[in-house]
Amino acid sequence: MALDSNLQQLLFGRLTLEALPLHEPIVVVTFVGVALGGIAVLGALTYFRLWGYLWHEWFTSVDHKKIGIMYIVLGIVMFLRGLADAIMLRLQQAIASGGSEGYLNAHHYDQIFTAHGVIMIFFVAMPLVTGLMNYVMPLQIGARDVAFPFLNNLSFWLTTSGAVLVMISLFVGEFAQTGWLAYPPLSGIDNSPWVGVDYYLWSLQIAGVGTTLSGINLIVTIVKMRCPGMHYMRMPIFTWTSLCTNILIVATFPILTAVLALLTLDRYVGTHFFTNDGGGNPMMYVNLIWIWGHPEVYILVLPAFGIFSEVVATLSGKRLFGYTSMVYATACITILSYIVWLHHFFTMGAGATVNTFFGITTMIISIPTGAKIFNWLFTMYKGRIRFEVPMYWSIGFMLTFVVGGMTGVLLAVPPADFVLHNSLFLVAHFHNTIIGGVVFGLFAGLVYWFPKMFGFRADPFVGKIAFWCWQIGFWVAFMPVYILGLMGVTRRLSQFDDTSLQPLFITAAVGAGLIGIGTLALVGQFAVGFLRRKDPAYADTTGDPWNGRTLEWATSSPPPAYNFAFTPVAHDIDAWWDMKKRGYSRPLTGFVPVHMPHNTGMGVVLAGLATVLGFALIWHIWWLVVVAFVTLIGTAIAHTFNYNRDYYIPAAEVAAIEDNRTRLLAGKVTS
Amino acid sequence: MTRVKALPFLLLLAITPLLSGCQWVVMSPSGYIAEQQKNLILIATGLMLLIIVPVMILTVLFAWKYRQSNKQADYDPDFHHSTKLEFAIWGAPIAIILVLGTVTWIATHRLDPYRPLTDIGPNTPVPAGVEPLRVQVVSLDWKWLFIYPEYDIATINELVAPVDRPIAFTITSSNLMNSFFVPALAGQIYAMAGMQTQLHAVVNEPGVFKGFSSNYTGHGFSYMHFKFHGVSDSEFDAWVAKARAADDVLTRSVYLDVERPSEGDPVRYFSRVDPGLFELIVNMCVPEGSRCMRDLMHDNSNRISGLGRMGNPEALAAARLEKALAADALCTPEVPQGLTLAGLSTPTSAFSAIKIFSE
Repeated sequence: MALDSNLQQLLFGRLTLEALPLHEPIVVVTFVGVALGGIAVLGALTYFRLWGYLWHEWFTSVDHKKIGIMYIVLGIVMFLRGLADAIMLRLQQAIASGGSEGYLNAHHYDQIFTAHGVIMIFFVAMPLVTGLMNYVMPLQIGARDVAFPFLNNLSFWLTTSGAVLVMISLFVGEFAQTGWLAYPPLSGIDNSPWVGVDYYLWSLQIAGVGTTLSGINLIVTIVKMRCPGMHYMRMPIFTWTSLCTNILIVATFPILTAVLALLTLDRYVGTHFFTNDGGGNPMMYVNLIWIWGHPEVYILVLPAFGIFSEVVATLSGKRLFGYTSMVYATACITILSYIVWLHHFFTMGAGATVNTFFGITTMIISIPTGAKIFNWLFTMYKGRIRFEVPMYWSIGFMLTFVVGGMTGVLLAVPPADFVLHNSLFLVAHFHNTIIGGVVFGLFAGLVYWFPKMFGFRADPFVGKIAFWCWQIGFWVAFMPVYILGLMGVTRRLSQFDDTSLQPLFITAAVGAGLIGIGTLALVGQFAVGFLRRKDPAYADTTGDPWNGRTLEWATSSPPPAYNFAFTPVAHDIDAWWDMKKRGYSRPLTGFVPVHMPHNTGMGVVLAGLATVLGFALIWHIWWLVVVAFVTLIGTAIAHTFNYNRDYYIPAAEVAAIEDNRTRLLAGKVTS
Repeated sequence: MTRVKALPFLLLLAITPLLSGCQWVVMSPSGYIAEQQKNLILIATGLMLLIIVPVMILTVLFAWKYRQSNKQADYDPDFHHSTKLEFAIWGAPIAIILVLGTVTWIATHRLDPYRPLTDIGPNTPVPAGVEPLRVQVVSLDWKWLFIYPEYDIATINELVAPVDRPIAFTITSSNLMNSFFVPALAGQIYAMAGMQTQLHAVVNEPGVFKGFSSNYTGHGFSYMHFKFHGVSDSEFDAWVAKARAADDVLTRSVYLDVERPSEGDPVRYFSRVDPGLFELIVNMCVPEGSRCMRDLMHDNSNRISGLGRMGNPEALAAARLEKALAADALCTPEVPQGLTLAGLSTPTSAFSAIKIFSE
């Protein structure tokens, strides 16, 4: 018997049948649903013989456009999970009042809010931001791909690997119950002995490697691969914000990696970096994680600012007001975001002067942010505003985000923070900026660039339904949360004795429901567009459906694999607008072969091995750790000997693609 | 688009009936410190609305006026720069932040939770001869321990203080990081194991108020609340007498029993407390025979001083620190003769502990 249990431990580590949460009916039902849905999808893929197509055209693709779309799909899929978590939390809070326990026990509830935060930041916002940068930025600078196409594919799959580990934790073992930043001592081995925090650590470590590599890749792309004539001060604002965001990623993600590695050492080998005893200091973790965490907020919001700059200028039919001041504002925010982290814990007991320093640096960030808002405002001034769906999101953003900005500055005043910190007021504040800023921006960007990606528009009517559900839903969901904060209700509570809070929680739950409907409409607008893609009102044969200003609109929708048959030349800010103004005519002859990178399945293989490695580390299956690690390193080294990396698209094929586009454009002219 | 603009206000109107009868405790507190913090929130919000409201109005106005269908409106596709406007759009936020920054500087120093109170209300200094009530707060998993060293009593999950008498809290934790928060009284401060934080406050109105941990600590967190009673002097004396009559006493071994994780504990009184228990908790050496952090740190610092004699620059710095600590610069009411290294080893805040390591 003892031998059996030893053998079992050797083979499976901590993993036993008890790790399956069979005693949690909610999880079991979810599992059955996911399993049936998964089998249906796999069955359909097999029936329609799509496996080969997916593998050759998508999974192994090194085309920045396809990788961008895969990032976006990952973000949307994980968004559905994060949203389901949010709705479960709101339901629990609406029910658990005046002695009622609600329908979730503390162990389950604590996992859900932790997973909600982790998923929404790392596996929704980050993939969507990275996806849009990946898709749009190379087109905007007139490049044929990113600097390191294979690395791009690997980055995507590593991010997916992290997401897969988080999803596995739902059905095998548990997820962390620590809150999304896993502060020690709560996340230490003494207080969280089982696998939850380990899932957290390894999924973020693996995804973090992907994010860092992608950051390096996109910086190099912007620095080295801009088309002739595009100096830094002629780059589209979205490219500028991408540059700043990726600089932030490269400078801050290593801090996250390091601090998580130290916590991992505390948990796995008994060091004392962040323990209460042995000379450890948990507050050092809190400092370090926020030195990453605050710039992370700007990593998400800067690209959103870039999207609004593109959308507002294009749909107002006007050049962006104050381009230079917009660039400097972005750069200011990038630098300032490093020196504000302590405002996340004024209540730690630092002296008044330290707190004042970080409070005032935080307020200073609102100056360039305010300047940006004014720049969008004066871009609309004397414009011809077309109320397309992306413009709805932009104006909704301007009206929503300023309120979130205001409450943010309020929280930056240390004595005010002492009564608002960790309250639901804080929760409402950061949802106000992240939904009103990042999410609205990403949705504006998705609708705006959707015709470029697929060659047809999303349905504007369903798109407006999505907008109104989100806009109204946001206020219904979060105004009560602001008020609850002012009533002294703290965050992350699962039970509320005070029944007078219940109406507000019910209102918030109704708002979450509206956001849920808005999300269905959000996906629905793309589905309706797909069904009507042949309809001339939806199909985009011009490649320039919005009368755009930047180079991505100079090529076809969707663009050919090589993006541009001839590298464009930029003569002004808004290069494409300038070309159109000066009567640019597309070259119809003289095509040359295009040098392209080969697809490779190595990204999938390496990320798959990383997933196995992470799983083995989480469950202490040491033999598998060794096997997976050695194979991972060995495969990566072996791949460096793969010299079959590139090929040429023959000139005849390029000519055929371009001739086809010429016919499409001509068709458009006659109709 | 006007609908978007009106939305928040309509919603507020819709929600208002739901709120009649509820109390916004942060906006109507009962202690002077929390009162000043509320005023600061109102001042800061007012200042920012000076810029937020015009921006919201202009957004709606421009969006409406320059809509595509309005052919009367000017259209100037090349208008993209105006030095005057640039000055305004950078100048206006700078001006607001200058004012708000100044307010912040003053308020943060005046409302520093470590600063002993000089006033108990607007233009009401602390009466002569009134000493602050000292309360030692320990957050346990998942309950609160309050020790009253002057009265030699302690309670679980009940805090009582006389109205208009300053309260000096010293706060620590047995294990997890909590945040000690009574919204009606004053802002919160973290409770951290092995460290000690401070909070000075005063309650001005009698009543029963909610207190709780405001930093998430896992399984029993939702139940980690207590009642704070603001009472008259005579009621306070009666309450102290009641606690003194309790059967339980809080010895080191009883503390170790109480410290064990539990949820939803009832109120409990202790009629006697082992002397120096709080210091033992801060130094994480309540179990008999365990080594206190202050001694560990003292030894470490001696070891470094020893190295200094061999010409180690780090150790020289440590020796300099020791010298500085012996000087009067660090006199406190508790240690009037100036902090010696041994005295300092009860860390007065997270930062002093970090400073010792880094210097």
